[in-house]
Amino acid sequence: MNSIIKRNQSEKRFKFYGIMAVATAIFLLMILLFKIFSTGITAFNQTYIGVNIQIEANSDVSNLDPRKEFKRNLRVMFPDAKTRKEKKNLYSIFSNGAYYEFQEMLDNYDGKKIDGYYYFLASDDVDMYVKGTVKRKGNSAGRIQPSQMTYIDMFKNMNLIELKYNKYLLGSSDSRDPELAGILGAIYGSFYAILIAFITSFPLGILTAVYLEKLASKNRFSDLIETNINNLAAVPSIVFGLLGLAIFLNFFDLPRSASLVGGLTLGLMTLPTIVIASRSAIKSVPPSIEEASIGLGSSKIQTIFNFTLPLAMPGILTGTIIGMARAIGETAPLLMIGMVAFIVDIPSSPMDAATALPVQIFLWQDSPERAFVERTSAAIMVLLLFLFVLNITAVYLRKKLEKKW
Amino acid sequence: MISHKIATMNIEFIILSLIGLTAYSFFIGRKKALALSSLKHVTVHSQPYYHGMHSALITIFPAFILLILWSWIESSIFSTNLREYFKDITDPALADFYISGVINFVGGVDQKIMNHVNFMSAVNYYESTMQMNLVLKGIVIILLTLMVSRYSLKLIAADFKARDLVETIVIRIMKYASIFAIVITIGIVLSLLFETMRFFESVAVTEFLFGTHWSPQMSIREDQVGSSGSFGAVPVFTGTLLISFIAMLVAGPIGLFSAIYLSQYASTRIRSLAKPIIEVLAGIPTVVYGFFAVITVGPFFREMGIFFDIDNFSSESALIAGSVLGIMIIPFVASLTDDALSAVPQSLKEGSLAMGATLSETTNKVIIPASFHGIAGSFLLAFSRAIGETMIVVMAAGFAANLTANPFNAVTTVTVQIVGLLTGDQEFNSAKTLSAFALAFVLFFLTLILNIISLTIVNRYREQYE
Amino acid sequence: MKQELKISAKNLNVFYGKKQALFDINLNIYANEVTSLIGPSGCGKSTLIKCFNRMNDLIDICKYSGQIMIDGQDINDPSTDPVSLRTRIGMVFQKPNPFPKSLYDNVAYGPRLHGMFSTKEDLDEIVVSSLQKAGLFNEVKDRLFEPGTGLSGGQQQRLCIARALAVNPEIILMDEPCSALDPIATAKIEELIEELKEKYTIVIVTHSMQQAARVSNRTAYMHMGELIETGLTKNIFSNPEHAKTQDYITGRIG
Repeated sequence: MNSIIKRNQSEKRFKFYGIMAVATAIFLLMILLFKIFSTGITAFNQTYIGVNIQIEANSDVSNLDPRKEFKRNLRVMFPDAKTRKEKKNLYSIFSNGAYYEFQEMLDNYDGKKIDGYYYFLASDDVDMYVKGTVKRKGNSAGRIQPSQMTYIDMFKNMNLIELKYNKYLLGSSDSRDPELAGILGAIYGSFYAILIAFITSFPLGILTAVYLEKLASKNRFSDLIETNINNLAAVPSIVFGLLGLAIFLNFFDLPRSASLVGGLTLGLMTLPTIVIASRSAIKSVPPSIEEASIGLGSSKIQTIFNFTLPLAMPGILTGTIIGMARAIGETAPLLMIGMVAFIVDIPSSPMDAATALPVQIFLWQDSPERAFVERTSAAIMVLLLFLFVLNITAVYLRKKLEKKW
Repeated sequence: MISHKIATMNIEFIILSLIGLTAYSFFIGRKKALALSSLKHVTVHSQPYYHGMHSALITIFPAFILLILWSWIESSIFSTNLREYFKDITDPALADFYISGVINFVGGVDQKIMNHVNFMSAVNYYESTMQMNLVLKGIVIILLTLMVSRYSLKLIAADFKARDLVETIVIRIMKYASIFAIVITIGIVLSLLFETMRFFESVAVTEFLFGTHWSPQMSIREDQVGSSGSFGAVPVFTGTLLISFIAMLVAGPIGLFSAIYLSQYASTRIRSLAKPIIEVLAGIPTVVYGFFAVITVGPFFREMGIFFDIDNFSSESALIAGSVLGIMIIPFVASLTDDALSAVPQSLKEGSLAMGATLSETTNKVIIPASFHGIAGSFLLAFSRAIGETMIVVMAAGFAANLTANPFNAVTTVTVQIVGLLTGDQEFNSAKTLSAFALAFVLFFLTLILNIISLTIVNRYREQYE
Repeated sequence: MKQELKISAKNLNVFYGKKQALFDINLNIYANEVTSLIGPSGCGKSTLIKCFNRMNDLIDICKYSGQIMIDGQDINDPSTDPVSLRTRIGMVFQKPNPFPKSLYDNVAYGPRLHGMFSTKEDLDEIVVSSLQKAGLFNEVKDRLFEPGTGLSGGQQQRLCIARALAVNPEIILMDEPCSALDPIATAKIEELIEELKEKYTIVIVTHSMQQAARVSNRTAYMHMGELIETGLTKNIFSNPEHAKTQDYITGRIG
């Protein structure tokens, strides 16, 4: 007789493997999310340095060059910086953005005397040091030289270094300077692209699903269409990118890098998903409702549009939302059609060159500056947030509108 | 892109008039039908809505077709004629550039006067001819639409089967929508095939498929004799297979055992919690995984490599890319395998348990053999997904086309090469960029075969239980 | 003749979540007899026999109170291993459920699981004798290695019986074993039951009163989760004590 003890031990072991597998999967997910959040959370704040700004009352600021004026104020703060090199080190701890901020300050000048400490954006190297991402070794830290460090230490001793909310991250578009770089342009680009993808795939998808499910006769041809759609759903996304390249860019001559092209490509990619989800939703509408409608004298088409489709809508919408969520995160097809360049302006229409959020993440990840690491994580957090909201909506829709037959 | 300079007639006006006329047909048609149905001695076949709809559809259809045709013809003609002004330019791309310049200039888009002797005369030609063209176009289309609209309204009668016609049109539209799906596939196949064929004009098929040296940096020059030794794609294929294989080694056991546990052992409560969490792994964009590979997994493996004294552990190794790819694939394997396991009838499970088998024995001796086809199918599908994945490998693997089976070496994959070859500033026709299409064609073909095989296996298995 | 008590249920109550399925069941099953459980749909017959081999353990929300003794031992005691328990009890289900394996492997499944043989010849012996006891051997002796699913409904059910017999149980539970079969197959199975009771204790749940009358020594009538009446079959059918039993037997309720 096989030992019952051994068999029970095997049973316990087997069950253990199962639990370990589930635990491992969940654990890996947790690590990933944790890493992203812990690296990204710091990007929402930026280092700002306080500078003593003095402007006399009723000065004529329109003639002032912001850069020169700002530097002048710095020199007043640090009269000991005499040599050119020393001055350069002093200025270099500020970002180019500091000059724009100062310009804004001048634009808003109302004539009153200004004498106080105002905070301006620090450079990305300083930012990394202050946040602790780059550690101090002796008198340097990362790319910061000892000569620059002396000034940083002085500011620190005067309690003039603070972390403030990073308004650039969500409020401006990409920039070569990490401290000025933001995802706003990418968000617009993604938005236009998804909008176009939706407009392209949603009506087409539903019409195809209705036709295949309700109207087509079951013959070889409709089988062919069905097999086609199932296969398209499994085609790698990069192939759709190439299709977009060959057709939209080369054949139709649409502008490269435009959200329009990205949207059309993503639309084609999402179409099979919507068809499949819609078919399954339509299939689950009980035939008794349709029979009742036809029995009352409606035509097949009327029944479909007045009864079947509305009842299938929750399922269709859920599938569409999930399809759109997948499309938002897609990068490869967009790389193929060129939405990968460095775009500084926020696109004002789908025809403008743009980038999309996942592509922006890809580009930032590739950048050498250390400061882009935390920003990439932050951008990922934003992307994941969008996806989370979308998926929750889909689940909510499914539960809320599900009528129990 | 039509100018404000052209004051009287422009495309927006035409389109607006069309919309207006269509709406007019709809409302008038409906009104007329309504009037008919209120006559007591008349039974109207279709409801007024359908009569209105019918009139609207009839009205817009020819106008729409005509508008498209006209615009197409007009752009061809203009293109040819404008080219005449620039026929001294041999490079067609450059000529196109000047032609767009003319069009933009006339269209009032931000365009300076270009440096070509015929530029302004081309501009004048275009401006005046376009003006005439638009006026003519507008008049013809609007007149035609008016006539069609009147005709459509005349058709309205009690016995006119408007509803049937409208429904037939709707059905036909839906049919074409479905056929569009095939059009997409054909589009993919053709566009890939076309460029692949062009590629094979420069590089031999056998060399591509069987050559072992991949170095597309050198583009084929006219004067290179027999020097086409740099498009052997075997290392790219092996790299793809190596990374995907490693991915399956990660995802296979974890996915399979998760599915077994969740479908056979777990209580409904645990299952309803754990399953969605694992699904989250599938929803994370692959670019995020790529980033994760670079900032966490890569350094981690490097540390392990140092700890275990492994030499030559490349930071872009197949192991790193494959592992992260494997993590992404876990939910695919888990979900599909779970479906397969759950499809085994409960009666078989009960029969085995009633004979005194433990759950693990039942799973291994009855349930898995019974669902074997489904499990095999899901592994194939997951493998196919791994092969087609792009971002994770672009960010974590390298461009080095090494022919190796050593997971610690850096390898490259088909998708990485495609991205690399097509996102530079490349002239579109060079053999280098065309090779990307050849690779894509192989990828498409391979994933298609895998998908078809897996679906056939799964379906054949499903028939067993129906 | 003193009958040996094989199974006995005392004050058994079974709940599916909040819903109570069995109310205070007290039932004795005697060795080497056929006891049938009859009653209208949903009265709890299947639930009851599934308690005997602890198949109800598989259902999350199933809870019970009371005792079930087999050979004088409480089967729900923590020291009892359900796996070994089920080796002593065989079960045949309503719809035949042969494994998608060969006939031989179906019957050999149990013995292989429990390591009940030492040589291949021993195993062959077990398979053959089980098939013979189930009255199937002659019909299938030349296709032992074909799939079990290729047989007719009646043959499949007899295969399931052979499979159950192969582990040498003491008790066989049958849950409406003939409801999916045609009359000829049913007759064969009933014949089989008649033969088997000499060696085994059989409890059969049946929808058909006529079947109960034909095959069983004792009958228990259940109604809406309660055990209404139990006794010798001939008494129950000719002279029932309870009005409800009478109503069921005469067809006034069903």
